[in-house]
Amino acid sequence: MSAATAAAGHFVLGEHLPILIVVTPLLAAGVTTLLRNGRVAWFISLAVSWFLPILSAMLILQVQEKGIVSYALGGWAPPIGIEYRVDIVNAFVLFIVTSVGAIAMPYALMSVERDIDEEDRPWFYAIYLLALTGLLGMTVTGDAFNIFVFMEISSLAMYVLIAMGRDKRALIAAYQYLIMGTVGATFFVIGVGFLYITTGSLNLADIALRIGPAFAESSPPIMAALAFLVVGISLKLALFPLHVWLPNAYAFAPSFATVFLAATATKVAVYVLLRIYFSVFGTAITLSDLPVTEMLLLLSLAAMFVASILAIYEDSIARMLAFSSVAQIGYITLGIALANTSGVAGSAVHLMNHAAMKAALFAAIGAVVYRAGTSRVSELGGIGHKMPITMGAFVVAGLSIIGVPGTAGFISKWYLGVGAIEHGWWSVAFLIVASSLISVIYIGRVVEAAYFQPVSEASQKASDPPLTMLASILVFTGLTIYIGLDTSWSGQLAEQVAAVLVGGLSR
Amino acid sequence: MQALDAIVQYYNYAITIFLMVSGLYIVIASGNMIKKIVGLSLFQTSVYLLYISAGKILGGTAPIIDPKYTIYSNPLPHVLILTAIVVGVATVALGLAIVARIHEAYGTIEEDEIFEENGL
Repeated sequence: MSAATAAAGHFVLGEHLPILIVVTPLLAAGVTTLLRNGRVAWFISLAVSWFLPILSAMLILQVQEKGIVSYALGGWAPPIGIEYRVDIVNAFVLFIVTSVGAIAMPYALMSVERDIDEEDRPWFYAIYLLALTGLLGMTVTGDAFNIFVFMEISSLAMYVLIAMGRDKRALIAAYQYLIMGTVGATFFVIGVGFLYITTGSLNLADIALRIGPAFAESSPPIMAALAFLVVGISLKLALFPLHVWLPNAYAFAPSFATVFLAATATKVAVYVLLRIYFSVFGTAITLSDLPVTEMLLLLSLAAMFVASILAIYEDSIARMLAFSSVAQIGYITLGIALANTSGVAGSAVHLMNHAAMKAALFAAIGAVVYRAGTSRVSELGGIGHKMPITMGAFVVAGLSIIGVPGTAGFISKWYLGVGAIEHGWWSVAFLIVASSLISVIYIGRVVEAAYFQPVSEASQKASDPPLTMLASILVFTGLTIYIGLDTSWSGQLAEQVAAVLVGGLSR
Repeated sequence: MQALDAIVQYYNYAITIFLMVSGLYIVIASGNMIKKIVGLSLFQTSVYLLYISAGKILGGTAPIIDPKYTIYSNPLPHVLILTAIVVGVATVALGLAIVARIHEAYGTIEEDEIFEENGL
């Protein structure tokens, strides 16, 4: 990059946004590893995390102007060279991921000082930045093998983030995630291999052009590719019943890591599924002819119900929220199974909404653990009176999980419901409402303990957390309300995303 | 007979499938955490073979342009697999490091013993 721009004599930021959004956190990760002071490392991570949403907002503006921003890496023209290709779909996901990083960063300062030993803190921030690099790289790239490489960068970083939890069960959680995550990534790369063997290309846009003729010539390898890719990505996004790694990983990781991962990691995996399923396979093959639609539908519904019911029986609020995440991912994949504009818009808008509300919930529970030292419902009686702001935020974000009108969760379910009815699946629309009622129980259980039970021993010494943590919690919570009340830009963006994804489908 | 012919003809793919399935089987069936990682490594290695097989063209030579040769093997799978090997090594290294930490914390690397004791 530097040689090319030096030769040209000037450097225009706007032309290099797709690569800058990946390189900035990568370089910062390198710098952070050289530091010995946790606060300086935090400050660098904060600066980078606040810079990235600016870049992604600029990208959204560029994309709305030009449609597609294509960046040839190293000047090698696609499809031979690696292409970073940004349209409204990944610009939207980039914006979600970078914003979550930016909002969560203030929370990290105090939370990490409690969870991580002093000499490990710079490493922790370096690994956070690597995870961010991997997630952003997966989103921005238009090359199938490049997705695999970034997927592994982010995953390896996440295994380390989780293993750094204080509880020794964090090690087991990280190990389980490593095994299942690697199997998932390897399935993904087998699928990419089949696509490469049959189409001779790794560039996703190029594969989309070649896959139709290749499918007409011989369909079994392409079907095998689709199967491997969908199962591989489903492991990464924790689609029920491939979610087994998720509850322990989220429950035992350091609080900040949980907030960040819960809000971003599965979302980026969903993006990869959307991209491969709609933009690559969907353009050439009629998706409704494939068994994958029914499978996604059934597993989504199973996730919405089974994971929600498991959440009810969890004593640990962190694990309860993790099961709730599995259920919420069910809503997202349900929209993918519907494969019409409203359904996919529901998935897209829920990517953002779920990121905001789950980040708020995990941040609030992280704050409870920070003060009270436990996340067990049975030990947290009366915590709502001792930590009024934190638990207030928890209740608001919890209402959003339930899908109460006026919160972000309602918007997602509205789109999904409309999508199901447009598809003629009234029963599915009914099941969406029914599953919301289950979430009333598990959120309600926490509210009941927090406000209507006598103040317990653990709650007695608790109070609202330091201002930096509180700021993150309140911004996440504020966003769930804001997105719920003003849908003009979020709904519009999600509909544009859905139009791009569903618009290219062959019928 | 036909099936046998197919296996002999595509023996590289037969080996790939054998490695893939046995690797995955070890990951699922073994309760020993190090054996699981070995299985995982085997599973990943099978994918290297899948890519390399596809890139090899019978009678083809190394892709260095020379007037004496007209058929070249595809170099791209080799490059991809170099990257995948690096990823694989990193995964195995991290996996083993985590297992070492697990051994320090629990005194065993057998999954069933750990799960039993900790109610996971």
